[in-house]
This record gives sequence, structure tokens and C-alpha cells, in this order.
Amino acid sequence: MTSKTTQTLDRVVIRFAGDSGDGMQLTGDRFTSDSAVLGNDLSTLPNFPAEIRAPQGTLPGVSSFQLHFADHDVLTPGDAPDVLVAMNPAALKANLGDLPRGATIIANSDEFTKRNLAKVGYADNPLEDDSLESWQVHAVPLTSITVEALAEHDALTRKDKERAKNMFALGLLSWLYTRPLDGTVSFLERKFATKPEILAANLAALKAGHAYGETTETFAVQYAVAPARMPGGTYRNITGNLALAYGLVAAAHQTGLRLVLGSYPITPASDLLHTLSGLKRFGVMTLQAEDEIAAVGAALGASFGGSLGVTTTSGPGLALKAETIGLGVSLELPLIVVDVQRGGPSTGLPTKTEQADLLQAMFGRNGESPVAVIAPSTPADCFDIALEAARIATAYRTPVIVLSDGYLANGSEPWRIPAVETLPTMPVEFTTEPNDVDAQGKPVFHGYKRDPETLARPWAVPGTPGLEHRVGGIEKADITGNISYDPTNHDHMVRTRAAKIAGIEVPDLAVDDPSGDARLLVLGWGSTYGPIQAAARLLRNGGERVATAHLRHLNPFPANLGEVLRGYDRVVLPEMNLGQLALLLRGRYLVDIHSHTAVRGLPFTAAELATAIGEQLEELK
Amino acid sequence: MSVDIGMPSVGTSGVPRLPDGEALSRKDFTSDQEVRWCPGCGDYAILAAVQGFLPELGLKRENIVFVSGIGCSSRFPYYLDTYGMHSIHGRAPAIATGLATSREDLSVWVVTGDGDALSIGGNHLIHALRRNVNITILLFNNKIYGLTKGQYSPTSDVGAITKSTPVGSVDAPFNPVSLALGAEASFVARTMDSDRKHLTDVLRAAAAHRGASLVEIYQNCPIFNDGAFQLLKDRDEAQARLLHLVDGEPIRAGEGADARVVVRDVDGLRVVPEQDADPAAVIRHRVDDPDPSTAFAISRLDDPSFAHVPMGIFRSVDRPTYDDGVRRQLAAASGEGHHSDTDLATLLAGNDTWTV
Repeated sequence: MTSKTTQTLDRVVIRFAGDSGDGMQLTGDRFTSDSAVLGNDLSTLPNFPAEIRAPQGTLPGVSSFQLHFADHDVLTPGDAPDVLVAMNPAALKANLGDLPRGATIIANSDEFTKRNLAKVGYADNPLEDDSLESWQVHAVPLTSITVEALAEHDALTRKDKERAKNMFALGLLSWLYTRPLDGTVSFLERKFATKPEILAANLAALKAGHAYGETTETFAVQYAVAPARMPGGTYRNITGNLALAYGLVAAAHQTGLRLVLGSYPITPASDLLHTLSGLKRFGVMTLQAEDEIAAVGAALGASFGGSLGVTTTSGPGLALKAETIGLGVSLELPLIVVDVQRGGPSTGLPTKTEQADLLQAMFGRNGESPVAVIAPSTPADCFDIALEAARIATAYRTPVIVLSDGYLANGSEPWRIPAVETLPTMPVEFTTEPNDVDAQGKPVFHGYKRDPETLARPWAVPGTPGLEHRVGGIEKADITGNISYDPTNHDHMVRTRAAKIAGIEVPDLAVDDPSGDARLLVLGWGSTYGPIQAAARLLRNGGERVATAHLRHLNPFPANLGEVLRGYDRVVLPEMNLGQLALLLRGRYLVDIHSHTAVRGLPFTAAELATAIGEQLEELK
Repeated sequence: MSVDIGMPSVGTSGVPRLPDGEALSRKDFTSDQEVRWCPGCGDYAILAAVQGFLPELGLKRENIVFVSGIGCSSRFPYYLDTYGMHSIHGRAPAIATGLATSREDLSVWVVTGDGDALSIGGNHLIHALRRNVNITILLFNNKIYGLTKGQYSPTSDVGAITKSTPVGSVDAPFNPVSLALGAEASFVARTMDSDRKHLTDVLRAAAAHRGASLVEIYQNCPIFNDGAFQLLKDRDEAQARLLHLVDGEPIRAGEGADARVVVRDVDGLRVVPEQDADPAAVIRHRVDDPDPSTAFAISRLDDPSFAHVPMGIFRSVDRPTYDDGVRRQLAAASGEGHHSDTDLATLLAGNDTWTV
């Protein structure tokens, strides 16, 4: 065996692509974990079809997982892959357009059969003609080498052996990028603990892939990416959905309330239900309801009983929950509604990302029905946003809508695990004594006598003697909470509920402007954080002056937002919708906003944003 | 046969009781709100019966919650001095499910109507019954939409002339009891607003039942469907028409020579003059029959002309309740006590960490 040279890179973008059943998400996940443990900073983008198993070998069935890892801080999953692993012709065809000239293609040549080529309209085998001459192509018979490597595993069928080809590919890529195998070995040991034969086959395939890289002459160079310099601490890799689920558990822990989740399965939010249903040891109660409406109803019922009621959904589900959220506005009870946004309208693009539920979250209810709306900016921020949602919901007794999205939910990044003692404390105290006196001076409980600071009403839960009271969706008299149709009272209550939400304390918007005199501000919200920061970095590296700011609080806005917006000659606002936040800002602050929008179901790339912002900068010159 | 899985078997188990010697009165359950139903509404009688019955439970008042939807009946919680929620149309069973599951120490009641429970909230009703959540559902059936002023409801008869069916309804109605039995409800009963004693007896049994209890209450709407149940309120007519469901007894209407009784023959259940009945074919009512088929067949003896109307408890069987099951899983995972900071830190860290 000749020893091969190792070349050091500062960053690599790999895309694993194959058929939906090829295990590409798992392969990508494992490569990500191994890279994270090596200390690389990273960001991931899973991209898969809504169909569970689209016809094999076809373009609609292609599933991919992109990973960007580097020796410096990473902001996006990468605009374009440096390496494409294509497990079949469909995967090659579907992804080749994203691949810059000169990039590396590792293709499973076994799958490039006449039949598979025909399925995607290749007349000739691209691995054999010269159509791929602008790329570095490694045609590797991944399936047959895997089967051969497992020749001695008699208990397995040929099909079982073929299924291990993703582990062979992972082993090969791990060699190519000098990743350790230990993490994946222990992962497989856990996953297949009860299936020793499958475990043995997967381990053998993984190691065979690694050995293949070492011995074959196809790969002459091995690459290394040094650890990134990150703030000291203990890290793990985490997806947005997992971070959000853990954040909700932490919120229950910090408030001392029981977490009660009412949920109905919906892509891409279901993982929240899956994760939380497995955390019963933390007192987390999960109810899989008969529909979206029942899910939020159960959560609101639990909140009435003194729990932290939460419901998780995506856009279509938020539409169905609207009336119950309105009831929450009227009852003034804490309620957390998580909307993991996906492409709409209607069923839309269930597995793709979008930010087009902002106006639905803001206004999608009858009547004047304001709720708090917040949005996480990165997968790791999903943890903190859950705590923030709980703070607002419990302190102000209000529904809070959290707008995550498919990109944050399934994407991952390293997360510096916070020490529990550093989490915000937010103990909740229920009202247990009368809070008012009646006309005769007798102590009484008045359900809508508010805290003068927060305007929150008392939270007196069933089981509290002497405070028996009724709440409901009919307009209530100020103070007492009794039914009231009085015109002046209604006007007062509508304005009071609005004032309560408008008065929620939120931190000022921080602006990042390294130059100190930028004339253009790029404002964002939600998952566009990474692409915006990456684009700003590209521009700043090119000598441009650009300021950036990112909104986590969408209702109410930070108090200094108007002042920030007016401080720049131009405000550019990229959104994965047709300009929903721009509409709100123009209406609220009477400032012009240059909206830059795209709704392709994918996050912005840094390059396209840099180009768009660059054009705006030119106009200012 | 019921399976003993160690679950509580009484509806109000786990709900704090008043100390021995202390008792509440009807007045204690009467709120300070003015009752605003129409004069003559059947809801008044039901309210009086419920207020009169609640003290009998011996529960602490603060541990009783009434949740309602939308409709005339759904104003009910405002008139009871317990905890209460007047929610939105059709959703009370879902809200009550979240409340009852997360609070074992509460006695949770749902008040609903035929439109609320069977039309807009039909899905929640059947699922609450299927899950067997420990709640008691009082379904006021007046066969009309009252609060929206007189449209036909899902229990209105075919041909009913209403504001929205000027030439008669062509909509086939639900039989609420059949529906509940089809959803595998563990307790299903029917009673009447005007029969205080029967209503109270049924409430007593429903409250004692652990699991979802559905009580259909025939209720007169004097404004939009007056007299809908008149035949069953007239003493003599009722005598002849009401098939009394008494556990262990033949199902009989009328007396003496006019008595009729339910028999099972090759065509299923039939109502025949008792004097003609083959004694071997006369069925004896069994509320705890694990097979709901007979109870369902009894519910089908109903007909729109009220020729005979089964009245009483159709079914009362023990089966595991959803909320007990959920709490049991939590307890088994030691999720009852407060978890420590260390537990949370371990969760957050997961399996693959690295230190910088």
C-alpha cells in the first residue's frame, strides 16, 4: 500500500444524493456527526421528496443531504457542492446543474444500467461518454464491491447486502476527508443491537469503503479540514426540530410547569411530537389528537388547568387552529403554537422550506386578535426561542406563535450546550387568593383584573378554593370577566388586549456594522440569518460596507426598530415569501423597504443574496 | 369480562372530597349570573337537576369543571359556581380531553347540544368516546339550532320544516345513542329534561362511571321546536312509548294488558305485546355486556314517530381510560416528580459531544 498525500482544505461542501430508499439522509447525518466531533463548524441541508418511496430510480425519487464543513464558522449549507455522491443516474441528473465545473463526482457505476439511464432520459451512459469531462468523475461500482465485501455474510440475502452500500460510501468518504469511523461504529452498534447480522454487514461495508479509499488508485489524495475556532464549551450537533423540542422541555423545567403537547402529525413538524413523546421521564405529556383543532384544544385545555400547553404544526395546521388560538387570545391563557413553515398555499411543498406564514400568524384569526410572534434564526436558536416563547406566554398569559421552518427544522449545526444554571429563570405563580373586593368590601376574585405592569390577567387554576370562575370566548366585562355586550367595554377590552401584546418587553434590535458607516442595512427574520450573514461576509470581504440586523421578535417589534430602519439610506429585506415582513414594516414605519424574495422551497444561497445586495449598493453609489 | 389492569374504577377517584361531615348545597353551585335562556326552555330543568345533584358527589367544588362549546346549552357553565369554560363551537370534548388528562384531580364535565356535538364537533365527540377519556358529556338534544334561530340540526327528522329547510329536510338524522355506541363509548344513556328523578339517576351513574359517559338529554326548545318531545312528556303517552332500560330486567313499555316487551327473534330485536311474547325470547337488559351489539340494536328500536323510545342506560362497561393510561405511562417513566438540573443537562448533551 502506498501512502497517499494529504491536502488541507479550509472548507468542503458535500452532497449525498440517491434514491429515497438508499439511506442518503442517514449517510449524511453520520458524516455530519463525525465532522462535528472532529471540531469542524458545519451546516446541513436535507432535501427529500414528500413521497415516501417514489418510483425507484426516477427523478422525483431523488433524496439528498448537503453538508458544509469548515475550519471557520459556517453560516449556510453551502451554495454549491464541491463533491457530489450520486448513487444512481437520477441522482446525477437531478443535481448536476448545481455542481460547479471542476467539482468531484463519485458515482455508483453499478446503477448506471441501460434501464436506469433510460428512466431519466440518458441516451448514453454519462460515465462513459465525455459529457462529464468538466468534472472529476470517480466511477465506483459501489454496489458490487459492497456485495463482494460481504461475501462471507451467508445469513444475508443479496438485497440485504446491497442495502449496506450507503455505509460503504460513507466509509469511502470518511477516508477521503479523514473522518474517524468510531462515532458511526457505535451508532450502528446501538441501532442494530438486536440484529447482529445486519450490524456485522454494515460494519464490514463501512470498513471496506474506508479500505477501498486507502488502496484504490482512483483516489490519489486525501483531504483534511482542521477544526474550526469556536468559543470554548461543550458542543453537540443539533437540528432545529430537536433543539426546539429540548427547548420546550427546558422551558417546562424553568417555569416549573408540566409540558402538555397536543399535536397532529404533519410534515415537517412531526419530529417535535416524536421527540417529546419519548421524554415522559421529564413529565412531558403528549396527546396525538384526532385533528389539528383538537390538538390545540387539548393544549389550551391543559393551559386552563395550569400546564404549559403547546401545539406543534405546519402552515395548513395553523390555519385549522386559528379559531382556538383566537379563544386563547380571549381567555388570555398561556399557549405556545409552533409552526414549522413549509411551502404553501394548501398542501404546497410539504418537505420544502418557506416563510410565507408570517401574515397568517399575525392576522389569521377573526376580530382584533393579536398574539406574540417570534422566529428562530438558526437550528441552535430553536432552543432559545422555545424558552422565549414560554417567557412571553406565561408572563403575559397569551398565545405565542413560533415561526420555525423546514430548513431550520431539518438542518443542523454545532450547538454549544448551555449549562442548565445559565438558562433564564421564569417561575410561574398561580393566583391563590382573592385579588379584589366587591361593593360590600368582601374579598373576591376577579378573573380579568390585570397586573398594571404587564396587563396580564391572573392565572387561577381549577382546584384553587374560593376562586371558582368562568371564562369564555364571549366578550368579557373588564375586571370581573362576566359576559358583557357593552359597546364601550368591548372597545376597551379590544384596546387592552392589543396594548398588552404591544407592551411585551423585547430586547432592542442589534445592528452589526463592522464599517460603522454603512448606508445599506440588510434586515432579515427567521432562517434567512445564515445566508444573509454569509452574503454580507462576501460583500465585506470585497470591501463593501453593509450593515445587518435580524429580527427574532415579529410581534411586537423591538422598540428601536423604526429608528434603526430610518438610520439607513436603503433597507434590503430578503424573505422566502413575496414580501410579507416588508408589507408590515412599510405599514408600521412608513419607510421604504427593498424586498428581495424567492419561494423555491430552498434557502437563499449566499452568492445570490450577495449579488442582489451588491446591485442595491451600486444604486446607492 | 373486564380486564383488571389496576386502574381506578370510579369516575371521581382522584378528585379531592369534602371532609367528613361537610356538605355543599344546591345554592353553593349557583353562580351570581342571571340565567338568560328563553322562558320555558328545557335547559332550566336540566340546570336545576345538575345543581341539585352536584352536592351529592361530595367533591370539593373547586375541583369541578364544566366545559362547553357554543349554542344555547353551552351557556350552562356560567350558571354554575364551579370552574368553567365556555369555549368554541364543537371543541369542548377536545379541550376537556387536555384538561382531564393533565389534571386527574378534576371532575370534568362537558355540556353540549345536538349541533355542537354532532355537527361541527362530531369528530371530537367520537374520538373522546373512542379514547374513553374520563369526562361526562351532557348532550342536550332539542333537534334544532336554537341560538342561530331555528335551522335544522343533525338530529332533526327528515321532512322537518325549519328556517333552512322551508320545504322539509332531506338530511338523514343521527341517532346520538347509536353514534356513541358505534364509537365504542363505554357509558351511554338517554334521559329527559322534564323527568328530574330519571335525569338525576342517570347523572349519578354517569358521574360514577370511569371513562367517557355520554348522556343524551331530550330537551324542549319552546321557541323553535316546541313540543318535539311532547308525546314522551304526556304521562299516558309516555307510559306506552318509553322502553325502560333497567339492568337485569326485561325491556318493557306500558303496563298490564297493554304492556309491550323487547324480544329477540330471527329478525333481531322487536317490540311485541308482552302477552304474545315467547318468554324464552324476551331479552334481559345487560348494561355491562362487553359486546355493544345488543345495546346498538336497542338504540335502533327508536323511531321518529316515538312509537317506542328506549330510555335509560344503554351501556356501562369498564374499559381502560385514555387519561389513566397516559398518566400511568408518565408515572412508569418517573415523570411525576420534578426532574433535576442534572437530568436536563444529560438530555441536552446527548451521545456525541466534543469540547473546545
